Amino acid sequence: MQHDIVPTPGLSDTGLPGEPAPPVGLRERLPWVFRWETVLLLIVVVIGIIGGSASPEFLTSYNLFNLGLSNGEIAIMALPMTLIIISGEIDLSVSSTLGMSSCLLGFLWARHWPMIAIFVVIAVVGLAAGAFNGLLITRLGLPSLAVTIGTLTLYAGVAQILLGPNTVANFPSAYTNLGVNAVPGTDGAVSYSALIFVVLAIIFGVVLHATGVGRSIYAMGASSEAALFAGIRVKRVKTVLFMISGLVCSFAGVLYTFRLSTSVANNGVGLELDVVAIVLVGGVSIFGGKGSVPGVVLGVLAFAGIQNALLLTNFNQEASGIVAGGLLLVSVFLPNAASMGRWAATRYRLRASQPQLRDSQ
Amino acid sequence: MTAEVLRREPPQAPIDTSERGLAERVFRIRESGIVVVLVLFVAVTAGLQHRFLSASNIQFVLVNTVIFALLALGETMVVVSRNVDLSVGSVLGMSAYLSANLFGRHPGIPIPVVFLVGLGIGLGWGIVNGLVVAAGRVPSLVVTLASLYIIRGIDILIVGGGMVTANTLPGSFVDIPKETVLGIPYVAIAVAVVVAIGAYYLRSFRSGRDLYAIGSNPDAARLAGIPIGRRVFMSFAVSGAIAGVAGVLWAAQYGTVDSTAGTGYELTVVTAVVVGGVAIFGGSGSAVGAALGALLLATINSALYVLGISSFWDQAIAGFLLIFAITLDRIISVRLTEALRLRSARRAA
Repeated sequence: MQHDIVPTPGLSDTGLPGEPAPPVGLRERLPWVFRWETVLLLIVVVIGIIGGSASPEFLTSYNLFNLGLSNGEIAIMALPMTLIIISGEIDLSVSSTLGMSSCLLGFLWARHWPMIAIFVVIAVVGLAAGAFNGLLITRLGLPSLAVTIGTLTLYAGVAQILLGPNTVANFPSAYTNLGVNAVPGTDGAVSYSALIFVVLAIIFGVVLHATGVGRSIYAMGASSEAALFAGIRVKRVKTVLFMISGLVCSFAGVLYTFRLSTSVANNGVGLELDVVAIVLVGGVSIFGGKGSVPGVVLGVLAFAGIQNALLLTNFNQEASGIVAGGLLLVSVFLPNAASMGRWAATRYRLRASQPQLRDSQ
Repeated sequence: MTAEVLRREPPQAPIDTSERGLAERVFRIRESGIVVVLVLFVAVTAGLQHRFLSASNIQFVLVNTVIFALLALGETMVVVSRNVDLSVGSVLGMSAYLSANLFGRHPGIPIPVVFLVGLGIGLGWGIVNGLVVAAGRVPSLVVTLASLYIIRGIDILIVGGGMVTANTLPGSFVDIPKETVLGIPYVAIAVAVVVAIGAYYLRSFRSGRDLYAIGSNPDAARLAGIPIGRRVFMSFAVSGAIAGVAGVLWAAQYGTVDSTAGTGYELTVVTAVVVGGVAIFGGSGSAVGAALGALLLATINSALYVLGISSFWDQAIAGFLLIFAITLDRIISVRLTEALRLRSARRAA
């Protein structure tokens, strides 16, 4: 593919005189139709319709509440992951940061620390965990995939050292109620974790899509070197992204603990791949530089909706990975197939209209 | 570049040169670091607790290494070509269940046939992965993440709530990991031979070398005429087949197989491979190193147990070791490149 002619929009209407203007197709007039986000929105609507018709339970506020509740932490962790993957890195340690924070909460609560002090410690540890990732990746130049597989194991190990085989479950109900009750005034449909996700999604979305920092994240994902030469502090921004990820994930750990009212060493094990899958389903390129927060929000809805719809239709819910994995494949396949098809079509057009290109190959 | 520098050793001090050449050659072997760590670990643990070197404990460690060393061989082939196979845990799980289930369904089925079935299941999934990665031009991380979910999901549908229990398996099957010669388990010898063959293939065969070329620089490899798609496809097929065989061994070792067999193995295997000196972005590393990585992880596991340290420290140490390994590797390679650059600059001057 490398030596193929890359059809740039300017190619066909530059030098050659007398060439007809390229036809304005649907793609040029309605570009949003061709976005993955649009396809995803359709998928979400279809899931809603199928789910709603298959089970009257699906669109009730009680079910929506549960849907938001059981996916809240994963959804929250997907937001910093979105920014990190767009910047060209990956953070697999999210789930064990969650687990570590959950164990820290239990560990300190069992030692009668005041809740406020525990929150401060958890926030600091989360930031430190993220900074450790970020510094190893940016300052030593190590691949983030390897580093965060290492810290995935390391932080999960710290969680195990903290609690061992013990379980802490005597959290005050004032806090655990946050995990199981709905936000007042929402007709019982919105859990606190869902609300927090929405708020964070707006913040992350604004930062990514409407600020200079957001543009620089895209730039470094597209080309780290070019971004550096353009004066972007690539290392600093990436380190900060990992620190934010650490902070948000440790916060998700607190939510997770209060929702289940338990702090145990294996909290959150294996969630990292769910988080990555959601982000990729949301249209973020694993190579960085592409993706959007609205896409990831739709990815969350698709992922959670499928699992929930399958649950209500008595399909073995643990096997819902088949559908989730299929969606993940489609999300990378479809844009690829579309662009391959477009390339082939453009090449055919170019060759037909400009025979000399055939000889120059 | 390395070979060129070595050939240009100064003629005025021949004896010195050959010694330094040897020392250098030893240090240049990426696996030497992990061997040192392994030896240190064994020496310290054995010094503290003699039981560590008992025949039964060595057997225990080797049997525990076998499955991960096998998986690490397949993973190495995939990782050196700048890909990754995250589906090995799921493939292992499905193969373990389906192959062990054969004994209950067809009593008296020969054990080699069961191994072939496991291999076939793994090969099938490996071919699917390889086709999608090579023909679909989709990043392997995404493809195998998807197939990790899909294969596990299908496995769960097949298994349902059931499980295979050890009493439905023939004695000769569950005894496979227990049979020893001179105190060494047969399976460990068999896997060592397989790893050696795999390492030799990667090192000395054209198609094996091609994987390294693809991993170092895919564009250059394409321009050099290497059939990238075919090679990558093959590496996934082999990785899948190996995971399938590992699944049968898993069933023999643990006896009880349900739908969770092998869950989470993918990241442990990648850890073993990277600790063993295989670069995560391809182009360097060896199958022997990866197997040693698996051996080191199993040794740590057992050392903690023997020393009476809670196994809850296990994960933290493995994680620390992985970070330590890649950091050290990075520092050494930066220093080495710098030293070589300075030396060739001096020679040229």
